[in-house]
Amino acid sequence: MALDSKVPEGPIKDKWTTYKDKINLVNPANKRNIDIIVVGTGLAGGSAAATLAELGYNVKAFCYQDSPRRAHSIAAQGGINAAKNYQGDGDSNYRLFYDTVKGGDYRSREANVYRLAEVSGNIIDQCVAQGVPFAREYGGLLDNRSFGGVLVSRTFYAKGQTGQQLLLGAYSAMNRQIARGKIQMYNRHEMLDVVKVDGKARGIITRNLITGDIERHSAHAVVIASGGYGNVYFLSTNAMGSNATAAWKIHKKGAYFANPCYTQIHPTCIPRSGDYQSKLTLMSESLRNDGRIWVPAKIEDAKAIQQGKLKPTEIAEEERDYYLERRYPAFGNLVPRDVASRAAKERCDAGYGVNATGEAVYLDFATAFVRYGIEQAKIHGIKNPSKEKIIELGQAIIEEKYGNLFQMYEKIIAENPYETPMMIYPATHYTMGGVWVDYNLMTTVDGLYCIGEANFSDHGANRLGASALMQGLADGYFVLPYTIGDYLSNDIRTGTISTDSKEFEDAEEEVTDRINFFMNNNGTKSVDYFHKRLGKVMWDKVGMARNEKHLNEAMAEIKAIREEFWKDVKVPGSANEMNLELEKAGRVADFLELGELFAKDALDRNESCGGHFREESVELDGEQKGEAKRNDTDYAYVAAWEYKGEPADAVLHKEKLEFKDIELKQRSYK
Amino acid sequence: MNLTLKIWRQKDASSKGQMVNYKVNDISEHMSFLEMMDVLNEQLVNSGEEPVAFDHDCREGICGMCSMYINGEAHGPDRGVTTCQLHMRMFKDGDTITIEPFRAAAFPVIKDLVVDRMAFERIQQAGGYISVNTSGNTQDANSIPISKHAADEAMDAATCIGCGACVATCKNSSAMLFVGAKVSQYALLPQGQVEASDRVLNMVAQMDLEGFGNCTNTGACEVECPKGISLENIARMNRELMKASFK
Amino acid sequence: MSGFFKSSIGRKVAMALSALFLMFFLIIHLSVNITSVFSKDIFNVASHFMGTNWLIQFIMQPVLIFGVVYHFVMGFVLELKNRKAVGITYAKNNGAANSTWMSRNMIYSGAFILIFLVIHFLDFWIPEVKYKYIDVIPEDPNRYYEELVHKFVPIWRVALYTIGFIFLSLHLMHGFKSAFQSIGIPSIRKKIFQTCGKIFAIVVPLGFIVIALFHHFNNH
Repeated sequence: MALDSKVPEGPIKDKWTTYKDKINLVNPANKRNIDIIVVGTGLAGGSAAATLAELGYNVKAFCYQDSPRRAHSIAAQGGINAAKNYQGDGDSNYRLFYDTVKGGDYRSREANVYRLAEVSGNIIDQCVAQGVPFAREYGGLLDNRSFGGVLVSRTFYAKGQTGQQLLLGAYSAMNRQIARGKIQMYNRHEMLDVVKVDGKARGIITRNLITGDIERHSAHAVVIASGGYGNVYFLSTNAMGSNATAAWKIHKKGAYFANPCYTQIHPTCIPRSGDYQSKLTLMSESLRNDGRIWVPAKIEDAKAIQQGKLKPTEIAEEERDYYLERRYPAFGNLVPRDVASRAAKERCDAGYGVNATGEAVYLDFATAFVRYGIEQAKIHGIKNPSKEKIIELGQAIIEEKYGNLFQMYEKIIAENPYETPMMIYPATHYTMGGVWVDYNLMTTVDGLYCIGEANFSDHGANRLGASALMQGLADGYFVLPYTIGDYLSNDIRTGTISTDSKEFEDAEEEVTDRINFFMNNNGTKSVDYFHKRLGKVMWDKVGMARNEKHLNEAMAEIKAIREEFWKDVKVPGSANEMNLELEKAGRVADFLELGELFAKDALDRNESCGGHFREESVELDGEQKGEAKRNDTDYAYVAAWEYKGEPADAVLHKEKLEFKDIELKQRSYK
Repeated sequence: MNLTLKIWRQKDASSKGQMVNYKVNDISEHMSFLEMMDVLNEQLVNSGEEPVAFDHDCREGICGMCSMYINGEAHGPDRGVTTCQLHMRMFKDGDTITIEPFRAAAFPVIKDLVVDRMAFERIQQAGGYISVNTSGNTQDANSIPISKHAADEAMDAATCIGCGACVATCKNSSAMLFVGAKVSQYALLPQGQVEASDRVLNMVAQMDLEGFGNCTNTGACEVECPKGISLENIARMNRELMKASFK
Repeated sequence: MSGFFKSSIGRKVAMALSALFLMFFLIIHLSVNITSVFSKDIFNVASHFMGTNWLIQFIMQPVLIFGVVYHFVMGFVLELKNRKAVGITYAKNNGAANSTWMSRNMIYSGAFILIFLVIHFLDFWIPEVKYKYIDVIPEDPNRYYEELVHKFVPIWRVALYTIGFIFLSLHLMHGFKSAFQSIGIPSIRKKIFQTCGKIFAIVVPLGFIVIALFHHFNNH
């Protein structure tokens, strides 16, 4: 099947408006007869469910948590971008569009990104009307902050909990529709398969996570908004329950999976402290504005620190290696996420890591304390302040800016970051890849849509800070509700979809068989045992730096783990009750397939772009020597994979990326 | 460190439960409390027993999914943290730790330490929203200035993560801190004014219907709240309800 | 409006309003009684006024009785409702970690005050009502001081009153600020409010204890 992105004709500025004017609509009376299923209730799913219900469709929404409010969108800290230009600093839709495409290392679809920038302003209007308490200035107007990779202040925020507030806004809109009966909410339900009738998505099979009941749900269209697949690494900043099952099941039923290798590894996370670690915690990127990143310059010092014989504060200034400042004098500690992460890995791999596991670098605020302290002493007119006084004054400023992050760090690590430098290490954070969708956000299966982090569309090979929230809400509030109407306008005479058909029966049987398999397998190893092994292979061989040899090994190893998993996994308890091990087993089974496709995709893409770094594709000489090298001649395409049984057999379909409004350039941070 | 755990085990909502003792060894002080529970569960799975069911998701203190009443306190002995952020360095080698589900008649146990907090959902559905359609045709976000003070106070109320620690810790199983925070968030913002009366009347009516107890102002909720939601929000809700009832 | 007093918050506000009235009454009661320490005559005048003024006797007294009865009955009703809302109790509960003993045990301090009040009614109020309205003995404006002194002769009664007022103090320690919080006073958490509450909870019961002790030892 040839990929048709269905991007409308015309100049990029008018595409969305003209398109909206011409697409088919469903009249209000007919909407009442149309059912839509939404799987996942984070920013994308929650906003879509609420909007579709407001329009008059009957919505059935599903989430595995006990409430939509718990979806992992809630953990986003920094903010949400919008081209409002409230600061008058020259922002515009075009500039947001440009920054996003450039930040994504020219691997996203222009028309989608422009549309995202175009509706970004509406999101802020909508959220304020819903009662989202964004930060304000003393004059009562909205405040903005600046984020990495851009030259304007366009990020709106609500303390360090922007994701939470936006999600609660979408959730409140959902609650209004749940109360009206327009949304039927299914909490603690997990989608285990999609049902296709005559080639169209017509329903899903779910498991009630409390009773274990397998249920059939029908609809005229199905929307998947189940988030990213970062947990394929086992350790990530994702929630424990975040999973790829919904996305992977639809992939197996015909939806192409695009660019799985584009994964964002965030540089400022709290490092792992031991093998028992279950998840990693992110600390806002903003810390890099004032912190300096370093490791010891001498390997002996590094070894002594790893053994706990030396403290960082005992290492003299000239014995420290501020490696980002050394390698990237122009951007220093503020290089983009992917660059900072790889540089940390390079030092730790060379043996310079600074904790017991050898996988941590320092983020040091001592210089900032002094810098701010001297400034404050001047402001307060203190003459000849003592060194202690300067540091005290400086620490007060840092506390004002990052107090909550410092406190969080101290709770987790039990070290006072005001006295000793913080330790950080990169961690998997966001997946840019996902289910392939066209301009309408429809997958390669008719009537099956995919929105939010679960799809691949807007961030290319790397996502800029504060853009994930923007994309989730844009898809759910302002894009999908229009485009889905165009499709559903052909369905007004269909009537209720029966769940008694053979297709539903077969799908249910498949789901039940798999559950029964797990319950009767009588293996010897827990689900986590396999998940951790998968995670280790992914991190070591498909992590921050990839090469052909490792990727080939990874594919073979993941396949071996998968085979062992099916032979030896042990799931205690029974199927018809709450069974958390059974839930995990199903999810890990899917990760074990996705991981292999991930490696295959990384192998295919022999170029370095954004979060995907191939050691074979680096600049060989000149100022940029050793840095990532993108290859636009051979790889300016979206890799959309078609399922053919084994992940290794997946078939590649290419969607050529055309850049008519932006000139392609190689990134430089030297 | 080596620990003895006394954990509430209950097969399902209709079964009777009881406390069961377990031993875990070689627990690192750097583990989070839930990682210690993971160790126990891995141990149980490997020995063919059913692991202890407990709610958890984000493990960074924001989703509000984790619960647990640990040694007589909601989210355990540390302050300003959820159970997932509680670390084992709060305990000593040889300690016995009692772990129970959040208790309240309105939070029935589903299994082991997992409770049903749907009552909170229904209270929100009764009026915890502003009735504005997501058409994108609302007025510009800056058209109504809101004082920084009001916005900050609304934000403080809005940081509630809906975990239910307030109910669990209250000697009366009262949900007033939760409801007060939600009522306050909207009461403090101009956008919330239009429906303010109906909102507080309906949410309080639903709260009573769900069978939560009455607040006696002990202030325990405020102390145990992982997000430090202030008791002031309950006072504000009381005022809002009086305003709505006598106008 | 009728719905208001059926709601949980409405009942709580009603509890607070009756509490505020009772606290006001305590101030009046103490003001009258404390005069007995300084002057027999002033006490007799004040007591005679309170005992015979029709506004006090036929308006304020019934309101007071209603207030007392309402506060107790509603206190017990709410306690029962709250227990029902709790359901299964914890095997281990560390209430001291997050709240004061006084705030958690209002029902017990209240119950003890009720016992004390019953005795107090039997001691003073019933004989007074019998004197005035049943036996209809002609009023002697100078009888009050002697009656008061007479009551505090037995040590057991002084001890009982002292304990009763200690419980009142504990009850007020939480009850004072709780009442203001219930009616939604926004600044209740300010230091000054808390200090006022503590002063009230100590000074008022202590005043009553001093009176009892004074008369006991003054007549030995």
